[in-house]
Amino acid sequence: MTLFLAALVLWMAAWWLNTRIAGSSLASSYVGRTAVPVVFGLSVLAIWELVVRGLDVPQVILPAPTVIAETFASETGTLWIDFRQTALKGAISGYVIGCLAAFAVALAIDRSTFLRHGLLPIGGFVAALPIVGTAPILVNWFGFDWQSKAAVVVVMVFFPILVNTVQGLADTAAMQRDLMRTYSASYWQTLLKLRLPAAMPFVFNGLKIATTLALIGAIVAEYFGSPTRGMGFRISTSVGTLELAMVWSEIAVAALAGTLFYGAVTLVERWVTFWHPSQR
Amino acid sequence: MSQAAAIEAKNLDLTFETGDGSIQALQDVTLEIGKGEFVSFIGPSGCGKTTFLRVVAGLETPTGGEVRVNGTSPDEARRDRAYGYVFQEAGLYPWRTIAGNVRLPLEIMGYSKSEMADRVNRVLELVELSGFENKHPWQLSGGMQQRASIARALAFDADILLMDEPFGALDEIVRDHLNEQLLGLWDHTGKTIGFVTHSIPEAVYLSTRIVVMSPRPGRITDIIDNPLPRKRPLDIRDTPEFLEVAQRIRKGLRAGQSYGD
Repeated sequence: MTLFLAALVLWMAAWWLNTRIAGSSLASSYVGRTAVPVVFGLSVLAIWELVVRGLDVPQVILPAPTVIAETFASETGTLWIDFRQTALKGAISGYVIGCLAAFAVALAIDRSTFLRHGLLPIGGFVAALPIVGTAPILVNWFGFDWQSKAAVVVVMVFFPILVNTVQGLADTAAMQRDLMRTYSASYWQTLLKLRLPAAMPFVFNGLKIATTLALIGAIVAEYFGSPTRGMGFRISTSVGTLELAMVWSEIAVAALAGTLFYGAVTLVERWVTFWHPSQR
Repeated sequence: MSQAAAIEAKNLDLTFETGDGSIQALQDVTLEIGKGEFVSFIGPSGCGKTTFLRVVAGLETPTGGEVRVNGTSPDEARRDRAYGYVFQEAGLYPWRTIAGNVRLPLEIMGYSKSEMADRVNRVLELVELSGFENKHPWQLSGGMQQRASIARALAFDADILLMDEPFGALDEIVRDHLNEQLLGLWDHTGKTIGFVTHSIPEAVYLSTRIVVMSPRPGRITDIIDNPLPRKRPLDIRDTPEFLEVAQRIRKGLRAGQSYGD
């Protein structure tokens, strides 16, 4: 009970500290802006630890953060193998293939109204398919290894990229297109010098949405067949053997990988679309 | 039609088909603009002044009549880089620097790297934007942006400059300054300029000839030869000659305008 009370006190203290930081002159500085979420995150972890220990929560329901950290530290070898299998091979390759394919189709759709009316609805139809339905089929087609996971990821990221790119390519003012016409610019010149740059904020919206979809797709697809490694495989087998600390470690890896992936795309976005009002 | 004309329009008609009926944007417009002239088009909105400029630029296709630019069709003239077009908005690409924006037409037309650099420097100097090469458009004021867009239209040395209310969105002070600059630029480059405006003082101050137009259907109601000398200080706008021309424009505008609807 004392530990539970300590959790309450800690929560109040952290709250007070964050309010103070947010209200002080530090609030707008880099230190202040980093300190608030860090204090919040650390206090959530500490409260979690205290509550689990204080209330004697069973390991199977919720392991304490320190237990998860111990497992994480002792199993880094396995976690790395799983990460390579699922995130690097499955998610990233699927993401790259899916994004390139969607981009190419978007360009084709943009050139032809026939394709716009034909392909866009099919894209929407594919996007509406539940992953638990498509994943087993794709595993059947492409085998247990990462190729089938990449295929699932391709299906998942395709539509958001497609829709955003098509919309982005349409996002130029009539005046800007007229300007290119007065230069007698060709289709490709107009595309490269005007429409693609103008589309980039939209494209990056799609790319960012797709990062999280890619990781989810690659992990879930492993539930339907995989070699004896991979984050999804490890989660499903560890749940079966009640090794919840391992499950949470994989979740931590997934969260870290997802955040880094998203962050990396956001960095590239900032570099490419520096000119957009949302970035400058 | 004479050979010296930069722009010749003969019995030009243009009807737009819209959802609720057709709109006659231009009716029987006949006009000849000689090389080196500065011609302003003035009239209320809907009088077809912008449409006429767009027809000359080949951005619209007339439904009747004929238009020749440097003795060729507007499309050919465009391929010959015969004209630069300045829109009401500067329309600079925000992802390009000022120099990059001015370079845009040159890149499309395939100039060499050194030639591009030379021309960009020269036209930026012409519009007094030297030193701003590496700024992005959003870092500049509206007047400077519009000057950059004029530099962009000048970069490939077209003989004809078509300007569609280029200073319409700017405040009076900036406008006066740019008018002065434009006049100087016209004076020492000898370009032919077609200039759409709805400011009477601007039209009188700048032009050698003023074309007064009226709407429904868009047509020419008066063409005024401007008697003012080529060199025009800003305070010429207080002289009786200036006011006389302005008055005639105003009368022309009133005559063409039916306030019944």
